[in-house]
Amino acid sequence: MYSQGLIGADGRTNETPEFLERFQRRIDAEEKIEPNDEMPEGYRRTLVRQIGQHAHSEIVGMLPEGNWITRAPSLRRKAALLAKVQDEGGHGLYLYSAAETLGVSREEMTEELLDGRAKYSSIFNYPTLSWADIGTIGWLVDGAAIMNQIPLCRCSFGPYARAMIRVCKEESFHQRQGYEIVMTLAQGSPEQKEMAQDSLNRWWWPSIMMFGPHDADSQHSDQSMTWKIKRFSNDELRQKFIDATVPQAEYLGLTIPDPDLKWNEEKGGYDHGPIDWDEFWRVVKGHGPMAKDRIKARKKAWDDGKWVRDAALAHAEKRQARKMAAE
Amino acid sequence: MSGEVPLWEVFIRPRNGLSHKHVGSIHAADEVMAVQAARDVYTRRGEGNSIWVVPSKAITASDPAHADENFEPTSDKIYRHPTFYDIPEEVGHM
Ligand SMILES: [Fe+2]
Ligand SMILES: [Fe+2]
Repeated sequence: MYSQGLIGADGRTNETPEFLERFQRRIDAEEKIEPNDEMPEGYRRTLVRQIGQHAHSEIVGMLPEGNWITRAPSLRRKAALLAKVQDEGGHGLYLYSAAETLGVSREEMTEELLDGRAKYSSIFNYPTLSWADIGTIGWLVDGAAIMNQIPLCRCSFGPYARAMIRVCKEESFHQRQGYEIVMTLAQGSPEQKEMAQDSLNRWWWPSIMMFGPHDADSQHSDQSMTWKIKRFSNDELRQKFIDATVPQAEYLGLTIPDPDLKWNEEKGGYDHGPIDWDEFWRVVKGHGPMAKDRIKARKKAWDDGKWVRDAALAHAEKRQARKMAAE
Repeated sequence: MSGEVPLWEVFIRPRNGLSHKHVGSIHAADEVMAVQAARDVYTRRGEGNSIWVVPSKAITASDPAHADENFEPTSDKIYRHPTFYDIPEEVGHM
């Protein structure tokens, strides 16, 4: 945030073909773009939207898991889950900090989330019904996040790429603690194994929807690839994810809930059945089972925290005044 | 009171012997809370042993549009570099 005021004040760029060409040359040369550098307005807007959505996803993502902290089955699990949820809060903050370098304020972003204008990952609009869901989320949802985020470490926008490097270092713990939970259940009593299978049944499809619409239907993809914000297409990442997770499910003796799933020797990957995009869009548009609760919880946290923010600012002012009087 | 919680830039020293390095920013009402928040957000896994926080508005940055004039002279003035000078092989170097 070297001078976010400066960027906010004159974010307009004069986008002549020469300007765009010059910018693209920098991108093609794999130069990183830093906050105060000149950039096309569209590049800035895309990043503000993407980093904002990403930050909101981390913050809202704390809710479904936070739901189980007090009911974790052991102290070991509780300590791990607490640490994981705290990490997700940290991820949100790194990302807000990266978005703020583009001249958007934290207040604006918070407002957009609370009044429903901003989107966040639709996966968090599903409920966490059993302890097994905490395992499945770590395994699949954090697993999918890793697939998505590793290429973002090479994103052309410096602050976003740097934030992603920090995030990726922490995600591996999330994924492993999740898989360990599912493994413990899958190797436990028949009831525990059933719990793990039920959880996989509910989370599999939402997880593979996390990669977004098929390439043919994805509006913003091409430009993002040209600007090297994105490095792989939605379908490419989804394929990698499926190829990595199917053997992991097999190891656990669990069944992926897709009857059409089969190995395709020719392409060296799995083919999967049709994805229910109607459900995807319904959830994206805020009709997921938990959408209202999530925003309500965020709003409550924000409103209930108001007196704390006010008190902290009043205290800071008082200290400042005292310091000035003493000088 | 504006109600906006000020922004701070966070610098962390990974270990003694290295300099503090910029890692990101944090919102906090004052410098005491900024250091605490920076610790929670940026040092959960031994990333460092010392934190600096600086009000973001106190930072003045050079203008990237003037980067050419500002930083070009270094490669322009090649006589600043040791390789500019011809010294016979047998003299060796220090
Ligand atoms: Fe995360
Ligand atoms: Fe995570």
